[in-house]
Amino acid sequence: MQEIDLLIIGGGPAGLAAAVAAKEQGINNILILERESRLGGILNQCIHNGFGLHIFKEELTGPEYAHRFVQRIESLNIAYKTSTMVIDMNKDRQVTAVNKRDGVFTIKAKAIVLAMGCRERPRGALNIPGARCAGILTAGTAQRFVNMEGMLPGKNIVILGSGDIGLIMARRMTLEGARVLAVVELLPYSAGLTRNLVQCLDDFNIPLLLSHTVTKIIGKDRVEGVYIAPVDNNRKPLQDHEIYIACDTLLLSVGLLPENELSKRAGIKLSPLTGGAEVNQDRETNIEGIFSCGNVLHVHDLVDHVTEEGYIAGEAAAKFLRNPVRSAAQVPVKASKSVRYVVPQFINTQDMNRSLDLSFRVTDMYIDQYVSVYFDTIRVFHQKRKILTPGEMQKVKIPMDTLQNCSKYNEASILVEEE
Amino acid sequence: MEHRKLVCICCPMGCTLDIALNGIEILGITGHNCSKGKIYGEKECTAPVRTLTTTIETVNGCSKRIPVKTELDIPKEKLFDCVKELKNIQVTAPIHIGDVILKNIADTGVNIVATAECESANE
Repeated sequence: MQEIDLLIIGGGPAGLAAAVAAKEQGINNILILERESRLGGILNQCIHNGFGLHIFKEELTGPEYAHRFVQRIESLNIAYKTSTMVIDMNKDRQVTAVNKRDGVFTIKAKAIVLAMGCRERPRGALNIPGARCAGILTAGTAQRFVNMEGMLPGKNIVILGSGDIGLIMARRMTLEGARVLAVVELLPYSAGLTRNLVQCLDDFNIPLLLSHTVTKIIGKDRVEGVYIAPVDNNRKPLQDHEIYIACDTLLLSVGLLPENELSKRAGIKLSPLTGGAEVNQDRETNIEGIFSCGNVLHVHDLVDHVTEEGYIAGEAAAKFLRNPVRSAAQVPVKASKSVRYVVPQFINTQDMNRSLDLSFRVTDMYIDQYVSVYFDTIRVFHQKRKILTPGEMQKVKIPMDTLQNCSKYNEASILVEEE
Repeated sequence: MEHRKLVCICCPMGCTLDIALNGIEILGITGHNCSKGKIYGEKECTAPVRTLTTTIETVNGCSKRIPVKTELDIPKEKLFDCVKELKNIQVTAPIHIGDVILKNIADTGVNIVATAECESANE
């Protein structure tokens, strides 16, 4: 069995950042496993621009952003295997993978960074009634068809869900000659970024129907149309107001789910709120030496934030490899008033050697309110935010000196308050 | 005089701008909460620009298509002209990131450049 220091599962932006960070910390025996034929992950099919504004201070397309990291991997001589699928992992950090060249093989790693990303919620997760015909696909699948295979999967399109990939595909398919008839969103606000609403929908006069949903899909071999209806405050469709839209394709952009099948096999504790692992500030899971970052930990809006989290996990894995001793002392971090979730869920109070980065999402839209962090009843962080929306992940950074005494408290909490 | 309503994209606030216009002359902008919004509103009403991204078929490449973009922003109304001009173009691998694929697309003075690497299939 091959033994290595650091194994990284997933060669997308999170995994590549983790590899770069660990290597820069002096870890030499690193291996990245990637199931696609090349590194870069989902960025390879995200050909639109808008990536990298935080990390590189310029606007890049997805493939360009990926390329910068692939170059770093090459110049740092970090090993990777592509077209390689990891099929099992256990708590002793033994990983089984398979590819054409090596067959089935097992690797024993001293540390692992999980960076498997997420997948799209499929139709089955929504229970839309109606025909099970061709022409119903997720926005990401359509993106792959159009951008990588050069195929247009439909001509008259309805999009359910206003996630960013759906908005991006509304523009993309319009430019390629399809007609996007409507984007239908169950919630009273869009799940996508404002710039995408403007540049992908408004630019092409594509209607966005908020508080609406698809109630039925019609078609025999292929989609022929969909019924849509407005919903009431309880998100129940108002059947009397149903209308029919003739179309040949229904795209789904209804959310992303962290892909944690492997994590479960290793006994990693997952959060029901994020669908990802519960981690401490080093992004270390409940299994010693296994770290998690990027969309497999919680779904991000911006790749820049994925990269930053990859750096944290990679540096922490390097620290663990140098000194694999962990204290059990942990203070839980709770998502309190108006905060839906927070990552990390724990603070390891020993060995506090960096500031604490908290990522969180709010439950509703808040204007001119304060984000506060408390240790028990003592407020240690208080900052005004002009706007907080559920669609945009928020971050706070708590400086290291504030954290020095945090071990004496029972819990930390993050919340939104008026003053 | 006419009024145009725009949603500002400079930050997540998404201010609704009300722009009073006389032809392309801006008479006044209201609804913005910061100076960025004013500049955005002016630009959107007088000379809106966008970056176009798409993919082009490759010949003898290790991937079927290569992603490309306009090297600089182009006038918004030229988007469809540019896509049309790129429709039947093929490009032979190897292609490197930043390579100029097509010069002066749709008379915009802007070049189309590759945004990824594409090795030859037979290497």
